[in-house]
Amino acid sequence: MNFLEKIFEYPHRVKILKGIIYAVMVVLVILDFFIHRHHEFFFWDKIPGFSSVYGFISCVLIIVVSKVLGKWWLQKGEDYYD
Amino acid sequence: MPDWVHPAAILILGSVLVPFFKGRVKKVYLLVLPALAFLSVLTMSEGTYGVYHFLGQEITFGRVDKLSLAFAYIFTIVSFIGMCYGLHVREDGHHIASLVYAGSAMGVVFAGDFLTLLVFWEFLAFSSVFLILYRRTRAANNAAFRYILVHAFSGVCLMGGIFLQYTQTHSLAFNLVDLSGLAGGLIITSFIINAAVPPLGAWLPDAYPEATVTGAVFMTAFTTKSAVYVLARGFAGAEILIWLGTIMAVYGVVYAVLENDTRRLLAYHIVSQVGYMVAAVGIGTEMAVNGATAHAFAHILYKALLFMGAGSVLYMTGRSKLTELGGVYKTMPITFMLYMVGGFAISSVPLFSGFVSKSIVVSAAAESHLPWVWLFLTLASAGTFLHTGLKLPYFMFMAKDAGIKAKEPPTNMLVGMGLAAFLCIFIGVYPKFLYNLLPYAIDYRPYTPEHVVWTLEILLLTWLGFYIYIKKLGGESTISLDTDWFYRKGARHFMWVADRAIAAADTVVGEGYKTVVLASSIRTASGSLKFDLGIIDGMVNGVASTVLNLSSRMRRVQTGQLQHYAVAIMIGLFVLLNVVFFLL
Repeated sequence: MNFLEKIFEYPHRVKILKGIIYAVMVVLVILDFFIHRHHEFFFWDKIPGFSSVYGFISCVLIIVVSKVLGKWWLQKGEDYYD
Repeated sequence: MPDWVHPAAILILGSVLVPFFKGRVKKVYLLVLPALAFLSVLTMSEGTYGVYHFLGQEITFGRVDKLSLAFAYIFTIVSFIGMCYGLHVREDGHHIASLVYAGSAMGVVFAGDFLTLLVFWEFLAFSSVFLILYRRTRAANNAAFRYILVHAFSGVCLMGGIFLQYTQTHSLAFNLVDLSGLAGGLIITSFIINAAVPPLGAWLPDAYPEATVTGAVFMTAFTTKSAVYVLARGFAGAEILIWLGTIMAVYGVVYAVLENDTRRLLAYHIVSQVGYMVAAVGIGTEMAVNGATAHAFAHILYKALLFMGAGSVLYMTGRSKLTELGGVYKTMPITFMLYMVGGFAISSVPLFSGFVSKSIVVSAAAESHLPWVWLFLTLASAGTFLHTGLKLPYFMFMAKDAGIKAKEPPTNMLVGMGLAAFLCIFIGVYPKFLYNLLPYAIDYRPYTPEHVVWTLEILLLTWLGFYIYIKKLGGESTISLDTDWFYRKGARHFMWVADRAIAAADTVVGEGYKTVVLASSIRTASGSLKFDLGIIDGMVNGVASTVLNLSSRMRRVQTGQLQHYAVAIMIGLFVLLNVVFFLL
């Protein structure tokens, strides 16, 4: 059993890992309120936590839009070209 | 010792001797060639070398400046890494193809005129096709066939563009190209085909996953990135590239959601990543061109690493579909961790190379006040982490255990991956190394608190999205329609209707072309110019009739014939190159 398995094969350890990730997320957004910005090119550069919101929206948009396109149009059986 | 040795000469001429060595000596020799090429780049100083007069035209083999040097460094480095990864391959032909392919890329990078560029451009296509053919499967043969058709078309476009350009300007010098005329249009078309810009880029995700495990590693590095280089050289600041590149970045990400084949998913992410570079070239400011170069440099390393990782899994398990993989990290932990270095690098996680290169491109978009470009590139960035950093490793290495009994790949493969992984981290930790190689002076600091926090927020929330949708993101046993449909399916429908008509048109067009173009060129040409045009023309005709010929036999050509045919062209081009090298 390698050391990666010692983490990923135990649900309670994976749970701790997830807890850490959530905590870091919160800390980052809080930090974002206090960080001095050197560059402000767009209006959203001033909004604390904007990149969290935008990152999440991007991710969900990519998944949903692609899946819809795939189901309705792009995805075909593996033997489509044979 | 001459003051300038062309690295292409080392790689291409050196490859001829490969079959004469055996065993351990051969392995050493295979590593010495790219190492020597790297040394020759390292010892070069800026200037113009290898200038010959070819029937009244100036031919420049060695335009050495910061831009060409940056690409030359990374091309020789990745050749070494790729060779190391592929040392166990038994076929000499495979090694020769890899070396000639790498050498051609070097030739493109240092070409100072269009004729030299054209020769190496064709070499690039005809050497790389062998890396697909050596897979020796029916699917690979078919993909190789489509690959060479598309690249022959790219070659014809370039040749036509050069021909027109020459008749207008009487110069073959390769500098910024005027985009307003047909000549510029044809040249940029050829370049964006090789850069895999949609809708002309479907050849890439079609062919790369069918290539051999090691061949694909070479392919990820050279064709698209040499296209980025020539775009930066010829079309920096062309606005259309901003939009094409931005669309490209998102396009690749959308297809990656639907993809089940591991290496095809990665291939779609090449399209996405090259989109950043194309957009940066289109923005065209000093910072943007720096960004394109830096991103190409970093990208070549991590993409090679990712292909090596997925290739190792394919090599050891014989499987490349997410639906058939899972749980491999237990038996291949080193491969998994090395893959993850590549995954973090492409996702621009701080301390990895993508973080210090991609951000230059995104910042250049901000400084040029392009909000939509910025938003879409950032969206694509989230998509990159979602697929290459989360979905692919999760479903390939972890997820449900598919019960595969696998082992770590051979040592040479691990070493190749290790070298690439080391450089991914090294550049991420010490970006000055990369920034010193860029074409323009740069004052960019990636590690500011705002940038680190901003990036981490995007990454972690992307992880949250992945975690929420994880059940829907597993591989599905489907394939996805791309623009290759037009020549795979559309052409078949079309030919079924009009087989005879096409055959007839083929003859008419072929004959007409010969009569009109040859006759007119003979009429207009005189003295040395006549001979010059004759050569260019002959090449135009050669490739044009090649395409016509091939297209009429699209469904009928046997594999063996294609191979023989490609061999003949390789030999022909090789002879031509030798002539150019020695007789001029």
